Amino acid sequence: MKIKKSKGERIFNVVNYVILTFVIIICLYPVWYVAMASFSDSNQLTQHTGLLVKPAGFSIEAYKKVFDNPMIGKGYLNTLFVLLVGVVLDLIMTSLGAYFLSRKHLMFKKTIMLIIIFTMFFSGGMIPFYLNLRDLHLTNSLWGLIIPFMISTYNLIILRTSFEAIPESLIEAAQIDGAGHLTILLKIVIPLSKAILAVMVLYYGVSIWNSWFWASAIMRNREMYPLQVILREILLSNDTSSMTAGAGAADTEAIAATIKYATIMVATVPILCVYPFLQKYFTKGTMVGAVKE
Amino acid sequence: MKEKVVNRESFRYRLKKEWTRNRSLYFIILPVLAFYIAFHYKPMYGAIIAFKDYSPAMGIADSPWVGFKNFTRFFNSVYFTRLIKNTILLSVYNLLLGFPAPIILALLLNEVKNRKFKSFTQTATYLPHFISLVVVTGMLTDFSLSSGLFNDIIELFGGTRSPLLQNPKLYRSIYVASSIWQEVGWGSIIYLSALAGVDQQLYEAAQIDGAGKWKQLINVTLPGIAPTIIIMFIMKMGSLMNMGYEKTILLYNPSTYETADIISSYIYRIGLLEQDWSYSTAIGLFNSLINFALLIITNKLSKRYSETSLW
Repeated sequence: MKIKKSKGERIFNVVNYVILTFVIIICLYPVWYVAMASFSDSNQLTQHTGLLVKPAGFSIEAYKKVFDNPMIGKGYLNTLFVLLVGVVLDLIMTSLGAYFLSRKHLMFKKTIMLIIIFTMFFSGGMIPFYLNLRDLHLTNSLWGLIIPFMISTYNLIILRTSFEAIPESLIEAAQIDGAGHLTILLKIVIPLSKAILAVMVLYYGVSIWNSWFWASAIMRNREMYPLQVILREILLSNDTSSMTAGAGAADTEAIAATIKYATIMVATVPILCVYPFLQKYFTKGTMVGAVKE
Repeated sequence: MKEKVVNRESFRYRLKKEWTRNRSLYFIILPVLAFYIAFHYKPMYGAIIAFKDYSPAMGIADSPWVGFKNFTRFFNSVYFTRLIKNTILLSVYNLLLGFPAPIILALLLNEVKNRKFKSFTQTATYLPHFISLVVVTGMLTDFSLSSGLFNDIIELFGGTRSPLLQNPKLYRSIYVASSIWQEVGWGSIIYLSALAGVDQQLYEAAQIDGAGKWKQLINVTLPGIAPTIIIMFIMKMGSLMNMGYEKTILLYNPSTYETADIISSYIYRIGLLEQDWSYSTAIGLFNSLINFALLIITNKLSKRYSETSLW
């Protein structure tokens, strides 16, 4: 049954499209600005005022400087190591936990669930966490960025909810055939949960990619800095000296600005290229996560 | 008396049965439990240094007890009121403006009938979520310079240029606005999926009854997504005092400490930078307890008034 649209409704629709278009522009423009500024000629950019729609002049000088900086490459490598090893370990640990919590009629399930959930709402705090890492000799090591963060309780709950939806009869049938729990997890549960595991890869991956705080807290050796910590030095501590060397004093400041924008691009574009293709998975993850305890 | 004996017998019996039947499952959970003990419960035990005068040489167990000394030191500190005020104000602004924003965006998106436009808007609004915090704050710092983009825009509208991030009065607005910019799209996903779950027949029934868009919103849509809103609200309340130290540390500077410094960033400076371990742990414990209390209170209130709760 179709009901004719009233005048008010049509006005609402127009207003709605205008608002959303405005929202789109606000979301995209800063990124566009950075992209255009990174390709700009540094001297023309400093003189430019007002909104930037296309590069002010054109130069890839800044990109050359960024790619010449060995720290960017090292940062990328460190981040990739933590990302690859971390995501694999995160998935293994989270799957083990989720499988246990998705089983029925377990005597200590409630107790273990409580032990796990409690950590979502109460913690010892930043300093005891740091001192603990120091006691465990996890400081100044890339493992210190992996092992202490293997399970996110929020992700664990999402995965458990999704494992619970797998028909019990499948698991019982395998048990009758003599399969142990590890076999069931590997051969039945995981193959049936590919979509949600993709969501987990995404969630863990993004959080590892973005993390900088603990790396900056526990790393003493600059060689082990992940990309975000290097970015922090360049973008926020204004430390572009390693890349502006050789430029005259007056040019240094101008070049520093374009270098910053180029650095942002180099560090962000890979992720921005990937996420639209993964978009359909996000909704899935939050939908499972929204299911109440 | 007799019942007790039977219970104990049966508990042992059940334990034995559980061991023979589900042993392998407990082996599966063992590494997970070890993780939680090593990286969650051990730091909780470590938090007792809040009541001690901790020195790394003596270790947690052997450092001398000092009672509530570290807590009273914090309560009497000149920074105490400033930190509490800044933390609460930043959280409340962030909650008041940041919490409804994704709900409103989801409601607007839900009204868009053009599928392509809808999915493009989603992709565009999710984008900032995928830019790392370090880069976002880097961009903000750059845009806020006297010669930066924000000042270009301010000048366009007839204002005068100034270094925005040096101004304590503007700090909270910049913080909250940029947080909304980064998370509004991502935050709307959960509400969009809740909206998709609202029974379409209810809308048809409302239309037949002559309800306009506004009435449908009040009587059908909002009640339909209320449980999601409430759960998200409780979760937010639980982290009210725990917010954003990473962003604060990246964004503030000594000239904005006056409004920018919050409890957790203070803990970071006192603890990790100045290595005053016991004192900073005490402040952290105080903060965790307030958080926990807020969560329980919100959950209780919600249980009483809306029958939706976390547990």
